Amino acid sequence: MTTDENPRGEKGDVLLDMRDIRIDGFSDERWHEIIKGVDLTLKRGEVMGLIGESGAGKSTLGKAAMGYAQPGCKIKSGTIMFDGLDLMAMSEPEKQALWGSRIAYVAQSAAASFNPAHRLINQTVEATVGHNVSGEAESKLDAVNLYEALQLPNPDSIGDRYPHQVSGGQLQRIMTAMAMSPRPDLIIFDEPTTALDVTTQVEVLVAMRDIVEKFNTAAIYITHDLAVVAQMADFIKVLRYGEEVEEAETRKMLAEPEMDYTKSLWSVRALEKPEVESDDIVLKIDGVDAAYGNTVKVLHDVTIAIPRGRTVAVVGESGSGKSTTARVITGLLPPMKGQVTFNGQPLPGDLESRNKDQLQRIQMIYQMADTAMNPRQTVGEIIGRPLEFYHGLRGSARNERISELLKLIELDDSFIDRLPSELSGGQKQRICIARALAAEPDVIICDEVTSALDQIVQEGILRLLLRLQKEMGITYLFITHDIAVVKAISDEIVVMFQGKVVEQGLKSEILTPPHPDYTQLLLSSVPEMDPDWLDSLVAERAEA
Amino acid sequence: MSTTSDQMSETESNAQEEAYSAAGEVGMQRVRRTRWQRMRISLSKAPLSAWFGMIVIAAYLFTALFAPLLAPYGEAEVFATPFAPWGGDHVFGTDQIGRDVFSRLIYGARNTMGIALATTILSFIIGGGLGLVAAINRSWLDQFLSRFVDVLMAIPSLIFALMLLSIFGSTITSLIIIIAVLDSTRVFRLTRSVAINVVVMDYVEAAKLRGEGLGWVMRKEILPNIMPPLVAEFGLRFSFVFLTIAALSFLGLGIQPPTADWGSMVRDNASLIQFAQYDLTAAFTPLLPAAAIALLTVAVNFVVDWFLHQTSGLRDDH
Repeated sequence: MTTDENPRGEKGDVLLDMRDIRIDGFSDERWHEIIKGVDLTLKRGEVMGLIGESGAGKSTLGKAAMGYAQPGCKIKSGTIMFDGLDLMAMSEPEKQALWGSRIAYVAQSAAASFNPAHRLINQTVEATVGHNVSGEAESKLDAVNLYEALQLPNPDSIGDRYPHQVSGGQLQRIMTAMAMSPRPDLIIFDEPTTALDVTTQVEVLVAMRDIVEKFNTAAIYITHDLAVVAQMADFIKVLRYGEEVEEAETRKMLAEPEMDYTKSLWSVRALEKPEVESDDIVLKIDGVDAAYGNTVKVLHDVTIAIPRGRTVAVVGESGSGKSTTARVITGLLPPMKGQVTFNGQPLPGDLESRNKDQLQRIQMIYQMADTAMNPRQTVGEIIGRPLEFYHGLRGSARNERISELLKLIELDDSFIDRLPSELSGGQKQRICIARALAAEPDVIICDEVTSALDQIVQEGILRLLLRLQKEMGITYLFITHDIAVVKAISDEIVVMFQGKVVEQGLKSEILTPPHPDYTQLLLSSVPEMDPDWLDSLVAERAEA
Repeated sequence: MSTTSDQMSETESNAQEEAYSAAGEVGMQRVRRTRWQRMRISLSKAPLSAWFGMIVIAAYLFTALFAPLLAPYGEAEVFATPFAPWGGDHVFGTDQIGRDVFSRLIYGARNTMGIALATTILSFIIGGGLGLVAAINRSWLDQFLSRFVDVLMAIPSLIFALMLLSIFGSTITSLIIIIAVLDSTRVFRLTRSVAINVVVMDYVEAAKLRGEGLGWVMRKEILPNIMPPLVAEFGLRFSFVFLTIAALSFLGLGIQPPTADWGSMVRDNASLIQFAQYDLTAAFTPLLPAAAIALLTVAVNFVVDWFLHQTSGLRDDH
């Protein structure tokens, strides 16, 4: 490694100083202020966590730290001093000379940020060589060292691969290597692990934290996940509606948040439902094998029993067959072997051979409420259609029922004429729930319904689902990878791994040791709010 | 952080800290406009080229609708002097058998545009409908239709049209049907490819899970979401159909005399170009219908470009 210490300054000097930043965003035909006078100071070698809900202005502020405003935004006023340089006064080419050499940016989706046509190592050193920080041969050598430091497998040869030939977690680490390659003074991480599984996330977090520490780089870590930021940051700044709520040192912030809003962010994870056992099975998946295109078998002998009026949570990382199980139950993917029985009656394997009654009794709610609603239909049409279709309601009877359903999901009649694009993320998901309820089903399959939502909204949705279960006795099959959500809502848990059921049982049984290996790995990888969690986990795994 | 802004954020966050309500969440859009208001806003922002296009198209439509009132003479009215010069009784002179060129230009708008419009609509019904079915079905039917379309597209369309027209005869009905079928291959391809992206959306799956039939999924779930590219394509296809009809007429297999049509008018008067050295205006006579075709094509493309830009959500500003 060429430089182990940053030659440009000592730890503790102020590196970035942003004062009274105001940023305008253009939407709805006019300019709105989206950052309303935020101050930000970052010293060398420090990591700042920037958290808040979506729309709080985290990313916009993070990009402004580079002196950059994305299309549709403009920095209206304020000063941005980066190591004595006034970014606001700099011209575009001058700023571009800084970007990629002294300030680096790591985006959320590594897959979308790499050029699929070039080898990874060439992309890793591109900025370094392009900005004449060092020569090509030298930077490539250094890149290999970085790969090694980031604990990538085969650091000598992994750079010769193309982006599609490595996994998502590896790609995210290579992107960190790319940002690190010119030895920048400042790195901005914009939700770098949000798209990863919990088990992969741990590896990436460890690698990123170590390398930032090693080179004494300052970093801004943007995320909505409190537990993650607790591991990464020295201090945390909470944003809301483009304004600062509070800022404090990580431990202090976690132990005693001052503002009510921050407290509410913290409290979400406290939601917990007492489990209730039941033997009245409403839906049973019996020895199901399933495959896409008759070649790739994704489910192996899956057996799950779902008791009436209870919640069964299916957990596992992506690719474990959770969603495929849902597709088999709904009839979108006929099983190769085995059967799904509903109320003791076998369900036909494919959608076309099921009758209206069978379809009506099993409803589904999707992860992305955005794509689950037709953007050209109003809320009234979306909720009204199942009423018409299954129950033959027309005219005023239909409208009354729509109002009832809206009230049930805690919205009002003013929403009837709105289009999905005019709703917030949580409201969209509520409409999807209303659409499922309109059919008056026995079972609702919830496929990651809260994972795209902010913490507070997530809590609201979970509370709603619990209330509906209590009032109407609906059964949920809840697919998720978030253990906090599992604790909040489930009675029973099914752990899946590589298309097989690893474990199945009551929540208390599954969550208390001893666990099978995979369950242990999954449960231990879920970030906790304790800032020492990552350290102790790494130590634990090193021992094992 | 200064104390004043500290206090400010405190009071504000206290105000915002009332009980969470789902209805109180802020959606993406704050102001809801009616379709008419939105149209007026985008119209007021339309670039000059789009305005030019819209005005030209409006003028053409007006001419086509009120042709009998605007034209000084009848469509097939024959006068004593063939190839009369410009000016006098005949603004643009007369053609090879003594028909008023100006009047025929005006009637030509009606005939050529009317037939082109009917053809384009028919081709969209055929191509769009089958394209949607193929996109939803995705089985052997999709394969069959797509390969059949490939075969049709492999044959140069003008030559194929010429062949079919000489088999079925050059009546207006067969002209419309033949060009519509040949053109629907392009519409099929576009519809299928844009619809495939919509078919995989969760809301289409949700409709299928509800047990909705093919008709509902096509009309209510997919069609509204692929309208913008289809409308844009409609404009372009209209221009191409227009050119095809003009080309066929120029070759003598399109719209038959005495019906006025711009393509055949170019052909009929083509020989006048040789007289440029004696009378410059005479040489322009065959170019007039050609210019009429060119102007409309350009105008339609201007409007389509603007519309595509509008709906694609591209942003120029930085």
